[in-house]
Amino acid sequence: MAKMNMLQAINDALDIAMAGNDRVLCFGEDVGVFGGVFRATSNLQQKYGKDRCFNTPLVEQGIIGFANGLAAQGSFPVAEIQFADYIFPAFDQIVNESAKFRYRSGNLFNVGGLTIRSPYGGGIAGGLYHSQSPEAYFAHTPGLKVVVPRNPHQAKGLLLASINDPNPTLFFEPKRLYRASTGEVPEGEYRLPLGEAEVLKEGTDVTVLGWGAQMEVIDKAVEMAEKEGFSCEVIDLRTILPWDVETVAESVLKTGRLVITHEAPLTGGFAGEIAATIQERCFLYLESPIARVTGMDTPFPLVLEKEHFPNHLKVYEAIRESVEF
Amino acid sequence: MTTTKSKTVYTPVFTDGAEFRIPTFKLLKQDGSLYKGGKAPDIDKEKALRIYHAMITTRVLDERMLGAQRQGRLSFYMQCTGEEASIIGSTAALDDADMIMAQYREQGALAYRGFTIDEFMNQLFGNELDYGKGRQMPVHYGSSKLNYMTISSPLATQIPQATGYAYGQKMAGDGHCTVAYFGEGAASEGDFHAALNMATVHRVPVIFICRNNGYAISTPATEQFAADGVAPRAYGYKMDAIRVDGNDTLAVYQATEAARKLAVEENRPVLIEAMTYRLAAHSSSDDPSGYRSKDEEAVWREKDPILRMYNWLIRQKWWSESEEKELQERLRREVLETMKRAQKRPPPPLDSLITDVYDEVPPMLNAQFEKLKAHIRRYPDEYPKSAGHVQGGA
Repeated sequence: MAKMNMLQAINDALDIAMAGNDRVLCFGEDVGVFGGVFRATSNLQQKYGKDRCFNTPLVEQGIIGFANGLAAQGSFPVAEIQFADYIFPAFDQIVNESAKFRYRSGNLFNVGGLTIRSPYGGGIAGGLYHSQSPEAYFAHTPGLKVVVPRNPHQAKGLLLASINDPNPTLFFEPKRLYRASTGEVPEGEYRLPLGEAEVLKEGTDVTVLGWGAQMEVIDKAVEMAEKEGFSCEVIDLRTILPWDVETVAESVLKTGRLVITHEAPLTGGFAGEIAATIQERCFLYLESPIARVTGMDTPFPLVLEKEHFPNHLKVYEAIRESVEF
Repeated sequence: MTTTKSKTVYTPVFTDGAEFRIPTFKLLKQDGSLYKGGKAPDIDKEKALRIYHAMITTRVLDERMLGAQRQGRLSFYMQCTGEEASIIGSTAALDDADMIMAQYREQGALAYRGFTIDEFMNQLFGNELDYGKGRQMPVHYGSSKLNYMTISSPLATQIPQATGYAYGQKMAGDGHCTVAYFGEGAASEGDFHAALNMATVHRVPVIFICRNNGYAISTPATEQFAADGVAPRAYGYKMDAIRVDGNDTLAVYQATEAARKLAVEENRPVLIEAMTYRLAAHSSSDDPSGYRSKDEEAVWREKDPILRMYNWLIRQKWWSESEEKELQERLRREVLETMKRAQKRPPPPLDSLITDVYDEVPPMLNAQFEKLKAHIRRYPDEYPKSAGHVQGGA
């Protein structure tokens, strides 16, 4: 075990993946000698050469189109999109190509080797275009996997699983936690399962569900709630698509209450999908309406970021209202 | 039907476009004298000093505001140091009513058009007077009265928009054009290619100004494209192109003036590639020592575009050392005083969170806003920027 921050854990995962398989390649804007604007790819070019870790021209649709081609050829591209806010020029390549390659060819071809890494999320004074959480756009696209880690240990294990998973995977990294989140990370290769949520804390009154950087927010909110005597069960969804209905439903059948939080806006956010599925599965067991604590239905602001943000106080209030309903 | 007019050959002939090597247009030497055969554009003293004033304003603002960022007074900043001639020299050749669609490093264009230090500061600090209502990161300026479209961070999106805007200007017949500024990195985006193609297909009065400053964050131009710069791409779209020394204010001015004539009078779009160097870091979040040498930077410091313009003005006897000193001191003072004033101003009101998403606030968002206000009333100490806006009426 070694103490690492999330960037170091991601770098370690990429290093292990590249060392273990010559066909793993890392590329994107500024990822070469500079090691990426956040330094997630530090030293990879120095170690594995310019043919396997390199800067691309500044063209996201090109990066993912190129990555799709490489993956179809049998390589394992790990493409970086510098900020999730800048993934949209590549939307066509991801939604119409990556996601449908296998299906449209009757499995003659696939881009299962593809992994797209991208920092997402707010709380860093990034304003409209360095703060967004676009997971729900991609969750609406069968054929993709969407993964979001909450800490360094999870980031390394989930990224290695994503790279090795035989399906195209989007790996959204909570950039607010890149350096802020530190923890013990096992040495060497290990993989954490995709498509499985993790129950982080058991409780009886209410299930509190989130992913990525919101898990830290949930921790603070739950700490407040427990002081009030509310017993909270905490779940990290980890994989947004395909998501682990069983673990969440099982928890809600026990607690009878569910609070879901994400940074993205309320309308069309992934919490809505979870709420719909859980009320189908747990209708007669619900003690209160399923609550969503999310960003507002606006672009992501700057100066009033704190007001917009689904912070621990708002999550705490939702927990309290849910239990006292 | 075929759309090519090429002649037929009977053995395979490849061409790599090497015959299209584009020359670089220069007028001013670093000492302020003109190259032999070069003729200064028709700029009078008043215009020359307006250009120079904007250059110094930009340089002083950039120095002070990066300093303010380092002191923690500002979250973020971007300098345009080294690129002032490319930006201000070209803007000066336009009509002030022509539309500018910039990338984010073109504060000099605004300074030239008369954006006040107060207006810069209000945006940088996102206070209640910021036209953008505190929503965007620093340097995302915009001014409808100065015909400067509000900056959007995503790269190259403004380039095809400039083509569209200019098409509208052509339809309106008002004799104006649109200028899109962007870097050589952004020119790799698909939007750039779409913009150029549509501009010539639809014969649009638009000028594309590529600031080829050598770097897209850490990525050198040599890793951005294999071709000889960006200008040759224009030929693929049957567009007029010119490459100009981007540190040469007079050459940039003259090239843009001629380009504007082609655009406005003949509906011929033009691509201008201004060869320059980003002397500063990409932004306050960047550290160039990780990807380039001090020696390389020093070579370009010797080519400082402002010093070159200063030397020309001195030769013209339009400017003096004492006037220079007085201007710099006055601007430094003004920037400092204005910064203090802007920093003290309150943030935009709480309802700026929900306005302008649409022309009117939809009921769904209003409900979210009411919930937010109730929440802030419950935790006023946690929201010092807005607690004052939700007093009374629980």
